[in-house]
Amino acid sequence: MAISKPLIDITNVTALAGEKEILHNVSLALDAGTCHVLMGPNGAGKSTLGHVIMADPEYTLSSGSIAFEGKDITDMPTYKRALAGIFLSFQAPVEVPGVPLYSFLRTICAARPELKMTARQFRKHVHELADELEMDEAYLTRDLGVGFSGGEKKKVEMLQLLLLQPKLAILDETDSGLDVDALSVVSKGIDAYRKSCDGTLLIITHNTRILERVSVDRVHVMVDGRLVDEGNASLISRIDAHGFEAYTQE
Amino acid sequence: MSEKRAKKRTEVADIDRSLYDFKKSEEGYERFDDGLSADIVREISAKKDEPPWMLDLRLHSLELYEQMKMPSNWGPSIAGLDMKNISTYVTSGSAQVDSWEEVPEDIKDTFERLGIPEAERESLAGVGAQYDSELVYHNMREEVAELGVVYSGIEEALHGPYAPLIKEHFMKLVPPTDHKFAALHGAVWSGGSFVYVPAGVDVPFPLQSYFRLNAAGAGQFEHTLIIVEPGANVHFIEGCSAPKYNVANLHAGCVELYVAKGARLRYSTIENWSKNMYNLNTKRARVEADGVIEWISGSFGSHVGYLYPSSLLMGERARCEFTGITFAGAGQNLDTGCKVHMAAPDTRASVSTKSISKSGGISTFRSSVVVTPKAENARTTVSCQSLMLDDESVSDTIPAMDVRNATAQIGHEATIGRISDDTIFYLMSRGIAEEEARAMVVNGFAEPISKELPLEYAVEMTNLIKLEMEGAIG
Ligand SMILES: Nc1ncnc2c1ncn2[C@@H]1O[C@H](COP(=O)(O)OP(=O)(O)O)[C@@H](O)[C@H]1O
Ligand SMILES: [Mg+2]
Repeated sequence: MAISKPLIDITNVTALAGEKEILHNVSLALDAGTCHVLMGPNGAGKSTLGHVIMADPEYTLSSGSIAFEGKDITDMPTYKRALAGIFLSFQAPVEVPGVPLYSFLRTICAARPELKMTARQFRKHVHELADELEMDEAYLTRDLGVGFSGGEKKKVEMLQLLLLQPKLAILDETDSGLDVDALSVVSKGIDAYRKSCDGTLLIITHNTRILERVSVDRVHVMVDGRLVDEGNASLISRIDAHGFEAYTQE
Repeated sequence: MSEKRAKKRTEVADIDRSLYDFKKSEEGYERFDDGLSADIVREISAKKDEPPWMLDLRLHSLELYEQMKMPSNWGPSIAGLDMKNISTYVTSGSAQVDSWEEVPEDIKDTFERLGIPEAERESLAGVGAQYDSELVYHNMREEVAELGVVYSGIEEALHGPYAPLIKEHFMKLVPPTDHKFAALHGAVWSGGSFVYVPAGVDVPFPLQSYFRLNAAGAGQFEHTLIIVEPGANVHFIEGCSAPKYNVANLHAGCVELYVAKGARLRYSTIENWSKNMYNLNTKRARVEADGVIEWISGSFGSHVGYLYPSSLLMGERARCEFTGITFAGAGQNLDTGCKVHMAAPDTRASVSTKSISKSGGISTFRSSVVVTPKAENARTTVSCQSLMLDDESVSDTIPAMDVRNATAQIGHEATIGRISDDTIFYLMSRGIAEEEARAMVVNGFAEPISKELPLEYAVEMTNLIKLEMEGAIG
């Protein structure tokens, strides 16, 4: 019987920001097409894990390795990981004055010839997606992130997710700070992403509401830079009811 | 934290400027002796068969030049510039013609590589091309000439019907007494363009002059004189470049612009001198009632630059809009900005500049706004944004205001920023390589300026920025 390799395999990763060790010996493997949730109190290291998977130069690995589709990517730079099919939706998306959203989207699609999108198809697709995400089309001509509300910024992240159809999507608190309507748009977006390309998800969240629509395969709990627990979807409601006290009291 | 990374980033490989950096042989060229003397000045004048008043102006300017001190307490040092080593006059000897076919092959090739004949065919009303000290080409579309518009070499115009008008205006806005390099210009000026737009005429396409300095250790001293009569409208574009040498070159041009009542002049410049150039250029506009001067200014080249286009708003409701960008890379110290002199009621000025410094480059934005007692209800806004691309680079803002009317409203804002690592990481996380991500942010920063430029210049500016950003990562 052939043993299928996980899509991403994080092995014994210890990560530092400067001198400060933030992640301690973290191991996590996600199979293709599965949906994982990463929970944990503020400051646990969840965002850091997302950034480390994306090779944020802010962090260095003092040990451990990361493999993607069976290939070691530990030394691969950020943009190559992105082109290989990893996507990180930012907890705090940035603003880039002078770069209109539309031309930014065009640039990132152009970097992926496998999307095989003509200018015309691209145009049509972007407008459809904006529509689906209930985004005002006027945002497409505005500068990336500049003057966008928190909710609009998150929608722009979803728009890119749906446009790029990455193999692995890490969504870092894409739901935080959203009102109920925006929340339902985002969870519809997650749904659409999974359906369109059978994508793999690692959802970092505090909010259990966003998970109501998605079927979760596995839940991981991080406290103080360590993965301390994992379980099936039922773990979500347990944490919802009791918080992380059980883990932090030890 | 990421100190190692920051260091690494700022190592700059020599930038490939092959687009601009090609040299042509000077064989067979006429080149006057280096340095400056009354004999050289007489020789230049004689060569041009000038009216006597011009020779007088030259000799008077030379005297002033010799009396004046080198500026020492001002901006970047120009100690590396020794006039004894600069030839003030170099020419290929080819006569000015109005067909590219007749331009000598070498020189034609230069301008073709710079895209000038092509731009002329596509989008310009007229073109002048200067090579070292002399114009080699000047031409204007028939239909524009029929409107009564004059666009020619200024020396040529000195021999024609506009000679009295030129005499009336030549070095009256920028007199040789202005500063040492204005005096130098008065003594040895050569080449440049004359533009006359009759009252009420709206010139449908821009006019463009391109200045190319090919000779090593030489100076270029072209004089541009533009007269826009009441209610007329014209856009003038000036481009300049040079190959790089390891000796100092000097550019001390002079631009005088007269904008009459209700007239409008847009003056755009993309300056891309090589990095051995001392660019000590003087530009000034005088604007009458309801007239508008718009400056679009892109400074990318030069080793040292002093450039402060100034606008004298002399009539009621006269306006000045200044939009500028300066990019200072390794070995560059660019002191740029603008001056506005508001001398009439209800005058308006808005100044918006961006400066970028990288790899140890120094960019200083200097502005001077003067509001005279007569200028009731004058309004000015000055905004300057700087972007420093690394820790070695320097950006500075020096605003000066002299306001002598209590009703004036003056606004000033300056910001100095850096490209945040978060932004670069974000862009990279979407599949954009680091170098490209940086160029994207810098181009975005420059966008409010580039969108003011004619399309081909906006493209050129984007390319220049890309060129400057290449090799920015070790
Ligand atoms: N670049 C950094 N420099 C220093 N400390 C950092 C850096 N990034 C994160 N940290 C610290 O690491 C811990 C984990 O942060 P983070 O991953 O953002 O947590 P979470 O996303 O789980 O709330 C926090 O204590 C945070 O202050
Ligand atoms: Mg976080």
